[in-house]
Amino acid sequence: MAQVFTYEFNTPVYKGKTSFNTGLYINGKFVEGSNKTTIDVINPANGKLITQIAEATPKDVDIAVDAAHKAFETTWGLNVGGAERSRLLTKLALLMEEHQKELAAIEALDNGKTFNWAMDLDTTFAIDTIRYYAGWADKIHGQVQETDEKKLSYTRHEPIGVVGQIIPWNFPLLMMSWKIGPALATGNCIVMKPSEFTPLSAIRMCELIDRAGFPPGTVNLVTGYGNTVGSAISSHMKIDKVAFTGSTLVGRKIMEAAAKSNLKDITLELGGKSPNIIYNDADLDQAVEWAAHGIYWNHGQACSAGSRIFVQSGIYDQFLEKFTEKSRSLKVGDPFDVDSYQGPQVSKNQYDRIMDYIQSGKDEGATVHLGGDRNGTEGYYINPTIFTNTTPDMKIVQEEIFGPVGVVIKFEDEDDVIRQANDTVFGLAAAVFSQNITRALNTAHRLKAGTAWVNCVNQLHANVPFGGFKQSGIGRELGEYALHNYTAVKSVQVNLGHIM
Amino acid sequence: MAHTVKIPVPALNKEISVSTGLFINNEFVPSVDSSEVIQCFNPATEEVIASVVAGSAKDIDVAVAAARTAFKTTWGKNVTGWERSRLMNKLADLIERDAQELAELETLNNGKPVAVARDFDIGDSIQCLRYYAGWADKITGQTIEVDNKSKMAFTRHEPIGVCGQIIPWNYPINMWSWKVAPALAVGCTIVMKPSEITPLTALKLSELVVEAGFPPGVINTVPSLGPVGGAALSAHPDVDKVAFTGSTITGRKIMEAAAKSNLKKVSLELGGKSPQLIFESADLKQAAAWSALGICYNTGQDCTAGSRIYVQDSVYDKFIDILVSTVKETVIGDGFDKSTGGGPLVSKAQFDRVWGYIDAGKAEGAKVVLGGERRNTKGYFVDPTIFTDVNSDMKIVKEEIFGPVLSIGRFKTEEEAVALANNTTYGLGAGLHSTDASQCMRVSGLLEAGTVWVNQYNVLSNNVPFGGKKQSGIGRELGSYALEEYTSIKAVHWNIGEKLQWPLSL
Repeated sequence: MAQVFTYEFNTPVYKGKTSFNTGLYINGKFVEGSNKTTIDVINPANGKLITQIAEATPKDVDIAVDAAHKAFETTWGLNVGGAERSRLLTKLALLMEEHQKELAAIEALDNGKTFNWAMDLDTTFAIDTIRYYAGWADKIHGQVQETDEKKLSYTRHEPIGVVGQIIPWNFPLLMMSWKIGPALATGNCIVMKPSEFTPLSAIRMCELIDRAGFPPGTVNLVTGYGNTVGSAISSHMKIDKVAFTGSTLVGRKIMEAAAKSNLKDITLELGGKSPNIIYNDADLDQAVEWAAHGIYWNHGQACSAGSRIFVQSGIYDQFLEKFTEKSRSLKVGDPFDVDSYQGPQVSKNQYDRIMDYIQSGKDEGATVHLGGDRNGTEGYYINPTIFTNTTPDMKIVQEEIFGPVGVVIKFEDEDDVIRQANDTVFGLAAAVFSQNITRALNTAHRLKAGTAWVNCVNQLHANVPFGGFKQSGIGRELGEYALHNYTAVKSVQVNLGHIM
Repeated sequence: MAHTVKIPVPALNKEISVSTGLFINNEFVPSVDSSEVIQCFNPATEEVIASVVAGSAKDIDVAVAAARTAFKTTWGKNVTGWERSRLMNKLADLIERDAQELAELETLNNGKPVAVARDFDIGDSIQCLRYYAGWADKITGQTIEVDNKSKMAFTRHEPIGVCGQIIPWNYPINMWSWKVAPALAVGCTIVMKPSEITPLTALKLSELVVEAGFPPGVINTVPSLGPVGGAALSAHPDVDKVAFTGSTITGRKIMEAAAKSNLKKVSLELGGKSPQLIFESADLKQAAAWSALGICYNTGQDCTAGSRIYVQDSVYDKFIDILVSTVKETVIGDGFDKSTGGGPLVSKAQFDRVWGYIDAGKAEGAKVVLGGERRNTKGYFVDPTIFTDVNSDMKIVKEEIFGPVLSIGRFKTEEEAVALANNTTYGLGAGLHSTDASQCMRVSGLLEAGTVWVNQYNVLSNNVPFGGKKQSGIGRELGSYALEEYTSIKAVHWNIGEKLQWPLSL
């Protein structure tokens, strides 16, 4: 019997109760895992157990895939027109709006981000994303190509079929909406594995998906571990495509599994070590604000985090002073406190990883300019941290830390800083600060990154594509571009007169 | 005069309230300089049901000024695509909420059956608004590679500005949605002149515009006589674009006025004399059903009415038999009567026009095989009328009748059929019925019409473009194509590195 999770929120920013079915969500029903084992869901603010949820196994993945295929052949796929897909997605967005505070509270509890951020950003953007893709559902156009008058040649943009989607723990609900929006808009059925660290908002969404009226089997949720469920999805012979957001390390495994199994199509949104270049002629105060947002947003747990901050020598000292003051002012505290800016890191794993990187920074001779230590004695809180006096080969400069740890690097020459900025296997994002538009655009155009921000950082919109160059990923999410990830192009050539 | 009236609906023992002023800046106001009114009739009973304020040329000035102010302050580039999308979806939801009452009002003024008004006209209108709400945050330009070292070139798809929209009386609510939706989606503001014959539902929809939360001045509604309000909009120096659906004759006047005033952009959806070709391989029963729909739907008051049918010799007699017995089943009656398939013609003027054509058909020697007899009762009812033994010179074959009057001719070869079909200054719709795929492809390629139906007729979708070739119109409505009618392209050349030396060294 699947469980019901109940939780009472009694906090300064939110008072309310949530109560919802948990379990795997397969074919429109909440069920136990076939091994009847569970996963512990931990509250990162205090390290304590929130609840246990059902654990899926590869056998459950098989069941989910079968349900998804059945739905694709009968009640979804090309059996449903775009206007109906649009209607259902719009209904889902409406339900998310009705339950927005509850969803934000669940997200803050499970992930550790503050309730205010979860409301203003995560849930709001997630709803916007679903609405945006609802609008695309009846606008999937192919082409007619002119060949000759005895032939009708056209393309159909068909749904791929059953898609596997594996999402991370840093923006659980938002990442779910980025994945299901375009996939459902184009008519695909989904087998989704949320992160085992942050499954609660995804489970809550399944009931909303059900209430919105999506046929059973269109969206299936299998909560399990990467090396069991994630692996089963990437190597499944009957899953036609896998979309993954997470670390580059795991991304490689998924691509390998796809290659070795059925050559399923893949899209990957991986890690980054994004540079933020601040020229002498930047608006200094604004650059400080944005740089802080660039590295500390979501506790540094953002793939596009501007974690290498390059500051031109003319303003370096002033910048560092103001940036340190700004970083110091960010309040680290309970996610449900009124004025907390930053909550705990998502898990003990991540906490240890980040602290290891901080230690390596110290060991390799960098200067801890600010922070570098735990905040408090309970939960996985880390103080905003700034390293200076680094060298390019240090681990903290090369590798993705995924925590509130920024590296500030002085530079002189424009060409040299662009070279340094591009000297990474990653290529997810980059930012440039300058009041000189020629310098700003020239730099932005030379940076090898999927998103180049000019005089801003970490700004995303549902209609603007996002994705990585190099080892930061394959494919683009958001915007019209995401539709390509979930459609298969069929050319139809109709002979209406050529005699062989 | 601008006040709310309660219009009785005797068949349903209720009243519908409608604001009767001019809707400008989110308010219903009297005319600034005129006390003229427009009387609205119930075409089933020939009785006056309401009077509304008739807008003057000066009122059009006021409305245009309101639309311009809104475009410069609260709409146009001052509102995001997401906000436009949100408001349009809200409006669609409100129309859905009030669909039954809007349908009853539409039936009262236009005559069409209530269920048709509600499920087809209004159902399609709601979908149309939602479809374009989905486009509102997807208006993209292009970036274009010129020279990476020195130039950043891109296009902006900007809203044209203040749009005059003039809509007809045959599908009042549906035509309103086709015009309003793409214009709002890209950020234009609107001065709408509904038909003077059927202004009531446009006024009722204006109440919902306020409830949805659109800023004042974004949509303005000015019922007015064509030669007054329509002319004023077409000639207005501060209207950036006029969109018109109606007769070809009026379309010419609008285009002329646009040319003579400020060269405003023009899109026109005009008349038609759309042919259907019945080939010998066709499923005759189905072809007859679609042909019946083609001429009887909306009592033939449709710009794409399939008003000419040409049948291949070898199946001619058989097809005529089936067609006549199919069309005979059509029930023309009061729109509030549940057994009615089609309502009366919309007005006395239309009624007299159509009878003029029926009489002309008889006088010119065509043979009546169905209908052609007056009812001699109250109401502008005309029963479906079919003429055979026609030739291309007859008025009933050349001119748009806009009633349930069908002319049937015959042909021997495919070439002859296409020639007969294309022998018209119009080019709005065309249909062909055949089970020979190659023939379908050939003939659909050769027919000179903006929409060609293969083995069906008169079925439209909000996401498929619609419009005329030849004298049936300029521009396309529906689909992504409609967005282009309300968008103005600006190319931006941004120099990021070129230093100029003047004079040029050649």
